[in-house]
Amino acid sequence: MDYFFLTISLVKIVALLAVVLGMMNYTVYAERRISALIQDRLGPNRVGPAGLFQPIADAAKFLLKEDFTPGHVNKFYYWLAPCLAMIPAITTLAVVPFGSTLFGVPMVIADINVGVLFVFAIASLGVYGIVIAGWSSNSKYPFLGGVRSTSQMISYELSLGLAVIPVFLLIGQLRLSEVVRYQIEHGWMIAPFVGDWANPHKWLLAIPMMISFVVFTIAIFAETNRLPFDLPEAETELVGGYHTEYGSMKFGLFFLGEYVAMITGSAIIVTLFLGGWHFPSIPDGSHGWGWGLVNIFIFFSKVAVLLFVFIWVRWTLPRFRYDQLMRLGWVFFFEIALANIFLAAIILAYFPQ
Amino acid sequence: MAITVSRPKLNWSERLYLPAIAAGMAITIKHFKNMLFGRTKVTMQYPEEKWDSHMPEHYRGAPALVRDDTGRVRCVACQLCEFICPPRAIKIIPGEIPAGDRFAKVEKFPHEFDIDMIRCIYCGLCEEVCPEQAIYLRKDYAITGFTRADMVHNKEKLLEIGGVMHGVVLKWNEKK
Repeated sequence: MDYFFLTISLVKIVALLAVVLGMMNYTVYAERRISALIQDRLGPNRVGPAGLFQPIADAAKFLLKEDFTPGHVNKFYYWLAPCLAMIPAITTLAVVPFGSTLFGVPMVIADINVGVLFVFAIASLGVYGIVIAGWSSNSKYPFLGGVRSTSQMISYELSLGLAVIPVFLLIGQLRLSEVVRYQIEHGWMIAPFVGDWANPHKWLLAIPMMISFVVFTIAIFAETNRLPFDLPEAETELVGGYHTEYGSMKFGLFFLGEYVAMITGSAIIVTLFLGGWHFPSIPDGSHGWGWGLVNIFIFFSKVAVLLFVFIWVRWTLPRFRYDQLMRLGWVFFFEIALANIFLAAIILAYFPQ
Repeated sequence: MAITVSRPKLNWSERLYLPAIAAGMAITIKHFKNMLFGRTKVTMQYPEEKWDSHMPEHYRGAPALVRDDTGRVRCVACQLCEFICPPRAIKIIPGEIPAGDRFAKVEKFPHEFDIDMIRCIYCGLCEEVCPEQAIYLRKDYAITGFTRADMVHNKEKLLEIGGVMHGVVLKWNEKK
């Protein structure tokens, strides 16, 4: 048994979990403040300076509320569902490289060679939380939310999977740290400014990468149940959708699970298309632990920018109608992603490097 | 007869939706920026910023008893306000003014004067009916308390809110 590896992994897990959970709480705060500012309000600004302690107050409220289980639910699955909503979102982060190296230790918890397949396998488990919540609540609105969620997830996971194929056609590996390494050497997928940026081949490849990026981002929106794809919860139509019957921390887990899924989704977008922890002219962790920390900071800054876009989109766009959602998924994104694979393949085959 | 509503014919860029989405996001980010840099003024920050300076002259806040220039409580315990009060929020126990007092000819004064602010509806009838110009509705509007008993304003509290009222008719002066 390699105790060094075990200890280091444990430290990394705890540190990443702490960062991500803290970030999640402050994403909720950011969501409330940004939505308020967009709607010409102020948002929570009472608890602590500029309302910065609001997440702590919210967490305390969730934990202290009565944990109520309605009489008509299926107890076992009703309790299982919130955990199933939260765990896949966190687990996915295990394979995402969130920094270069710190004291020579690579900043990724599990650098497995099936990286992105693992991401899709675990991320698609998230739908079980919602479906089981909808079914076990034994009530109409949650049931409708669960059914909607199933069909939505299936429709969008297809384009999610197809959208990343061009990236892996180019790189030839599924390991996420390889994706980042490639982008450091050859420029970011959608903006090849660094490396051999004068090469027109890179810019030609940026076209299918841009399409991939847009399709993948929209599919991530759908995966995380964010507006304009929040049909499973749809406050105005389904009361609360799948979490109508939930209260206290069980509701909190669904609520926070959505934000963790957002962070995870953003982290994967950053890794695949936006260069991971790399930023032009900033060296990696082998030049000192300070730069290692800077790399981690860059990664989470990129994630934060994407989170802002998530929030911005949510408070701009109206919700799709159900048939529009299905049409968009099956008729447009599926075809676009498929055609994009051919485009990328043709560029790779007929236009030499 | 069925009426056919003609749907607008969308051109290529309109059907793509992306320009419309971009325009919408430009609008929201504009609102965000204006709010962030304080160019939009929308909300009054209540406990720090109060409504007081914007309050109209005729505002009907908490009812209060007033003293006149000589420091006398103007109420003579005639109990008209107690009778007129629609929600019966006022309770007066009258007392007699002793013979040697400067204002002995008034005969009565309110021994106790309670207004239950849970019941008060701020209608202002007590102020209208008072023949002595002794009760006025002031501009206090944040009347709070932790118990029901806290919410009953007794005579001291009412006089504290009311203060001294200048420029009213002084009909009980010695010369009259």
